[in-house]
Amino acid sequence: MLMFISCKQEKSKVAELPSDSIFNLTSTWKNQHGDSLQLKNLQGKTLVVVMIYTTCKSACPILVAKMKTIESKIDKKDLNKVSLVLVSIDPETDTPERLNEFAKSNKMDAPQWIFLTSNEEDTQEFANVLALKYKKISPIDFSHSNIISVFSPQGQLVSQEEGSIDVDKVVKSVHEIVKKN
Amino acid sequence: MFSILKRYKFLLVIFLFACNNQQIDNTVNNDVSTSNAHSNTIHTTTTDVKMVYIPGGEYKPFYGSDSILTKVAPYLIDERAVTNAEFLAFIKDNPQWRRSNVKRIYADTTYLKDWQSDVELPKDAKPNAPICYVSWFAAKAYAHSVGKRLPTLDEWEFMAMADETSANAREKVTYSDNIISLYLLKGRQFNEVKQTKPNYWGVYNVFDLIWEWTDDFNSILTTNDSRSGQYEDKSLFCAGSATSSTDVLNYAAFMRFALRTSVKANYTIANLGFRCAKDTTIIK
Repeated sequence: MLMFISCKQEKSKVAELPSDSIFNLTSTWKNQHGDSLQLKNLQGKTLVVVMIYTTCKSACPILVAKMKTIESKIDKKDLNKVSLVLVSIDPETDTPERLNEFAKSNKMDAPQWIFLTSNEEDTQEFANVLALKYKKISPIDFSHSNIISVFSPQGQLVSQEEGSIDVDKVVKSVHEIVKKN
Repeated sequence: MFSILKRYKFLLVIFLFACNNQQIDNTVNNDVSTSNAHSNTIHTTTTDVKMVYIPGGEYKPFYGSDSILTKVAPYLIDERAVTNAEFLAFIKDNPQWRRSNVKRIYADTTYLKDWQSDVELPKDAKPNAPICYVSWFAAKAYAHSVGKRLPTLDEWEFMAMADETSANAREKVTYSDNIISLYLLKGRQFNEVKQTKPNYWGVYNVFDLIWEWTDDFNSILTTNDSRSGQYEDKSLFCAGSATSSTDVLNYAAFMRFALRTSVKANYTIANLGFRCAKDTTIIK
């Protein structure tokens, strides 16, 4: 009986996923440790998401630096409720191994840092969900818009900062969600 | 006693299994109902639309660096847009794309607006008129269901350079004038496909019915708000480029690019539909 109840509860939890949640996406990804996962595996934490590629010399290093600044400004006690997610725009080059190296060399190897890579089609789909524009301009370079998005633990988009990103606004948004959940 | 316990245990295991199973089923179902364009769970739909061979070649994109030509590989494209009737057939086979089932992340609230129910076209809608109020995700899922894909932006624009008599009519003054006058017609999306003359390639209704989704509509790196100044790609905007005569001629293209930069993938719009494309290895 107990089991039945717990089972039922599980079910309703699945059904309650908001219709506009990114956890509805069924694309499959690999993280920097080579584990396969779907976005719904990130459920339960406030997500700070950015799309980059590791060989990028121009905007990405700034975006990565901003992500690190955001992380440093989040209350230490809240860090276990937050995931900072870097999604690769260049799945061909950015293998899990490469992402792992990148994470280590940038001192982004604490558990709150998640690097994701997939295939071209799923990457395009995800970019479209973020309303992020990108284009491969040469075999090694991409143009892309600079957006840092914040998602609730249920996968709903809460805020987006675009262009010259104001990290304090992102941090504020994160703190508000963490407080609510 | 032992045997009862054993049986009980057995039941317990079964129950656990069933419960687990249900959960798995549920997630799978969830996946199906959420659907996604690249999932095998999209059921195939049949269509008899003729595809037209486009040889591709080099062309000058409507914006970007002036002198750089873009190469377009040969491809096949539907001679006409996907119709109401075809999309209805797809919806019947793929319940996850019905209006009441579709996830917001895949289609906004006006998705299939005016349909009388999940499986009934709008009142007075012609089955052979192009389907509209569909998102990029829905268009993509449909394309997969018929074993095709959406045309790329370059493929679409390459095909659209033609008028009735030539493959590249961009230099003709009448080319853009005609398109603009077609763009101004109200309610044109309610007309049936293939009622007007095809272009040089045999492609119908390139301009006179609807706007069309392209696969990589999100690859235009500029903002839809020219005031923000985040990107210096002024060539897209009238103010920055209307002085050069080629750009004036391509004003219709500016309109298309402006639309593409302003939409998001889950948007659905009254006169935005799509047609499908396919790779080809044939070189004619």
